[in-house]
Amino acid sequence: MIESYLPILILLAISVVNAVVILGLTYLVSPYRPTSVKSAPYESGMPGLGGTRDRFSVKFYVVAILFIVFDVETVFLVPWAVAMRDLGWEGFAAAMIFIFILTVGLIYEWKKGALEWD
Amino acid sequence: MELDFQTSVDYFWALLPEIVLSLWAMGVLLADVFQKGSRSEASRPAIAWLALAGIAAAAVANVWLMTVTGTGGMIAVDGFRIFANFILLLAAALAILVSMGYLDRHAMNRGEFYVLLMFAVVGMMILASAQDLILLFVGLELMSVAIYVLVGFNRRDPRSGEAALKYFLLGAFASAFLLYGIALVFGATGTTDLALLAETIGTGVQDAPLLLMMGVGLLAVGFAFKVAAMPFHVWTPDAYDGAPTPITALMATGVKAAAFAALLRVFAVSFGGLHETWVVAFWWLAALTMIGANLVALTQGSVKRMLAYSSIAHAGYVLVAVVAANAVGAAAFLFYLLVYTLMTAGAFGIVIANARGDRERVSLEDYAGLGWQQPVMAAAFAIFLLSLAGFPLTGGFIGKLYILRAALAADQVPLAVILVMASLISYFYYLRVVIVMYMRPAPAADTHAGLTASRPLQVAVGVAAIGVILLFFAPAMVLDAAQGSVAGLFIAQEALFGLSRGP
Amino acid sequence: MLTDILFFFFAGIAIFCGIMVVTRRNPVASALWLIGTFFALAAIYTLIGAFFIGVIQILVYAGAIMVLFLFVIMLLNLGNDYQPDLRSRAWMITAGGSGLVLLAILGRVFAADTTAPLGRLTGPEAVATQVAEYGAVGAIARPMYTDYMIVLQVTGLLLLVAVVGAVMLAKRRV
Repeated sequence: MIESYLPILILLAISVVNAVVILGLTYLVSPYRPTSVKSAPYESGMPGLGGTRDRFSVKFYVVAILFIVFDVETVFLVPWAVAMRDLGWEGFAAAMIFIFILTVGLIYEWKKGALEWD
Repeated sequence: MELDFQTSVDYFWALLPEIVLSLWAMGVLLADVFQKGSRSEASRPAIAWLALAGIAAAAVANVWLMTVTGTGGMIAVDGFRIFANFILLLAAALAILVSMGYLDRHAMNRGEFYVLLMFAVVGMMILASAQDLILLFVGLELMSVAIYVLVGFNRRDPRSGEAALKYFLLGAFASAFLLYGIALVFGATGTTDLALLAETIGTGVQDAPLLLMMGVGLLAVGFAFKVAAMPFHVWTPDAYDGAPTPITALMATGVKAAAFAALLRVFAVSFGGLHETWVVAFWWLAALTMIGANLVALTQGSVKRMLAYSSIAHAGYVLVAVVAANAVGAAAFLFYLLVYTLMTAGAFGIVIANARGDRERVSLEDYAGLGWQQPVMAAAFAIFLLSLAGFPLTGGFIGKLYILRAALAADQVPLAVILVMASLISYFYYLRVVIVMYMRPAPAADTHAGLTASRPLQVAVGVAAIGVILLFFAPAMVLDAAQGSVAGLFIAQEALFGLSRGP
Repeated sequence: MLTDILFFFFAGIAIFCGIMVVTRRNPVASALWLIGTFFALAAIYTLIGAFFIGVIQILVYAGAIMVLFLFVIMLLNLGNDYQPDLRSRAWMITAGGSGLVLLAILGRVFAADTTAPLGRLTGPEAVATQVAEYGAVGAIARPMYTDYMIVLQVTGLLLLVAVVGAVMLAKRRV
């Protein structure tokens, strides 16, 4: 079983080595002459607006919570999707009830306008 | 109908009250959000009555559940559950009735209030009847999350938000304790099923007594938080004080009753084999709660806070019945929870009624002269306060009597003495309010004119007052039902250990 | 052999990142180091055959929970002079005590006779046969959608309540 995860390990190793090599090469090869303009944070080419420690709007938080709820729903549904044939109609019914409950939540937040960025 | 829980369909029948209420709540949620022009306040009472109808439907399903028997499932189908369900549904109905005018006055009349309340009741019912620690935990969280939101429902009042945050943080701690305890109990016994746990512990199969004891201890701490027993009560006064008052009433009645029902099921039944060990911890919890809460309640200037401490003190009285851990105690436990629900919900109903506009008048002085200017309201309040104190002619007296009898049957004489002493202390602060209402003159002739008691609130308070009186004059009917309900609870346990504590 | 080396490699990463989490003064930096711990833990779960838990670890913890952490930190606007009070003696004693309890439990688990069947829990062999029969994910899906089906549905209700609650408490206009 674990052997089948070997490609992921190799991918992981390659990506780590890749990142280290690129960063290391730039550090060794490129000239390093900082000015105040160069070391300022990049904000799409415009002059920076305020600090980075500003408080964020709670609107982000609503989006994050709604994301988590449906993320967790995925976590519950993935095992069912994998074992669906094995679980038969009873498992199918259980999954449908579960999805139904969460769909009520989706309809609610949709109608409520919680998905809009007003 | 006989259920053996071999197929999932059996769960459909066994959970009918919960399913009815859940579907109803979802329907109300969608109806509210699809309602044309749902921003107008005029259409809102309909939602409240719909919610009340949902509670009634669940109660009907609960009546039908009496004809069903079943064992071996993840959910108990027994008299204890049915009795507990009725208490929880009653608490919810009273909370909905007293909410109706309140929400308008505080400009927070939204359909979600009732929807969350209904979901909280579903969580309570599952918590009170779960036969598996995992289901118990999920039910507890369903109840708690809904209540966290309801506590913070008044978004214009910073105290409401503060109460919600405090309740949420400490409630999350309590849940973590509980979950950790469940994990350790599972590690020690290999099961989360309450019936199997009783068997495993009773026959001494468990391999790791240390692990088991730590798990039981953490479970006790988690439950002590949830029922607000001292010294795990610190969140209670602030949360009760800051929450919208109808929610305070629900927290003091329904949430507490559900947590207590689960506590009794888990400790008295499943951990019955460890009775000698945990009874010591609960003995101290009960004693400390009764003495401490009543002493602190003496110093409260706000009636709402005083009632919060009163509800902590009553948790102590109920814990005495848990310590007794016999059939008499369990029957007294159910009886007391019923009368406690009536008198506490009624008392908070009066606190809601004694308001003008969106300003609640909760200090002691605000009640001066109420007895002469609003005689009916004051009389009802006096009934609830005397019942909370345990005076004769009220149901609270009979409830305390039964708990005392259970304590004596279990040879808990010192605890019985503490209960009586603590009740004597409580007379001071309950009677003080009554005296202020009748003896102290009101500042002006129209101080209490034009109080805002809505018709549904009057109904709720009236029902509660009549119930409290009836439970004194005709307790036998309810007590017989309570005794019949708990009959099955201890049978398996006694068969296992040959234990019989008390008659 | 390879798995042993990998275990110690990822365990080392997890411990290193964990130490970085508690020693950073900037909470955002702490949160980012925590992601490293989560990934190393996911690798360890995979190594011991708990593939599904490994995936969940990344999907939920490194993904969703981390987002919440960062939002909370940014929402609170903790200025620049945070957490001096976290280094008081009382906190150290609390943390040390918690660590000791954890060690005691670990010692107890290692000392226990793990071959003895405890209650219904039937030991690693039964889990292995389950996994062999239904697959690593199927072994989790089976109880979740049969015996514990009710718990799954109540969890669904819990998530629904979370949606309603988040909208009620945090949405600007309701």
